Amino acid sequence: MIRRDVFQAIADPTRRAIITLLALQAMTPQALAGHFDSTRQAISKHIKILTECEVVTQKQNGRENYYYLNPDRMKDIDIWLERLRQIWETRFHQLDNLLNDL
Amino acid sequence: MTNKFEFEANIAAKTITITREFNAPVEKVWRAFTEPELLAKWIAPKPWSVENHTLDLTVGGVSKYAMVGPEGQVHWMYDQFTAIEPGRSIATFGVFCDEEGNPNLDGSKSYTETKFFPIDDNRSRIEATHVFDSEETIKWFVEGGFKEGSAATFDQLDEALAAI
Repeated sequence: MIRRDVFQAIADPTRRAIITLLALQAMTPQALAGHFDSTRQAISKHIKILTECEVVTQKQNGRENYYYLNPDRMKDIDIWLERLRQIWETRFHQLDNLLNDL
Repeated sequence: MTNKFEFEANIAAKTITITREFNAPVEKVWRAFTEPELLAKWIAPKPWSVENHTLDLTVGGVSKYAMVGPEGQVHWMYDQFTAIEPGRSIATFGVFCDEEGNPNLDGSKSYTETKFFPIDDNRSRIEATHVFDSEETIKWFVEGGFKEGSAATFDQLDEALAAI
């Protein structure tokens, strides 16, 4: 199986739209496809990629299959960016002090 | 007055853009980015520190150092210079390496280009574009690869503060 990463999940505008919709509520394949002009096959191809990236999971609920967003995957990105931002902020404060004395 | 700092991420493009202004002429900022004894004073976010820094500022040359954490954690960083325009820009390819300096090319990689601009005689700006290639980087950070302190460190701080 091809190893996919979370960046591939969000690299495509249709997949970003699917993530935004599923962030609001879980949806059946039919309800989701109703939001797009693309064919259901095209949407299900995107869903397959999102599932392989572990961004979306599918669950049977009664007779219907539902797509759910896995929020942890998206949260990881936020945590990482916030840490990186803090690291650079700290570094630059240290650099300000150094430049003062240089 | 705080200096302008911008940190923008374009996750879909795997790119982070950092802009920062400094109250110093561009020549000094360039030195702080390229001289190991100066880099050591700011590149590690406290309480981390830099040890064993070697730097060969030539195209193909390598900047290598150990980032040492508050609990003795050591991460060896390896940046190879891919382009240098003295006083204006530096491009690097970054990975982790072992203590002998062998780069780990299977792990996370990043590409950074830093540009230096004068604003006036005593002020300058840098713009850094950081491109990362894999999710490993995110996992590494999220799993605590670069904690700026730990619960234990904060406990010590609490104790110290309580004693004042």
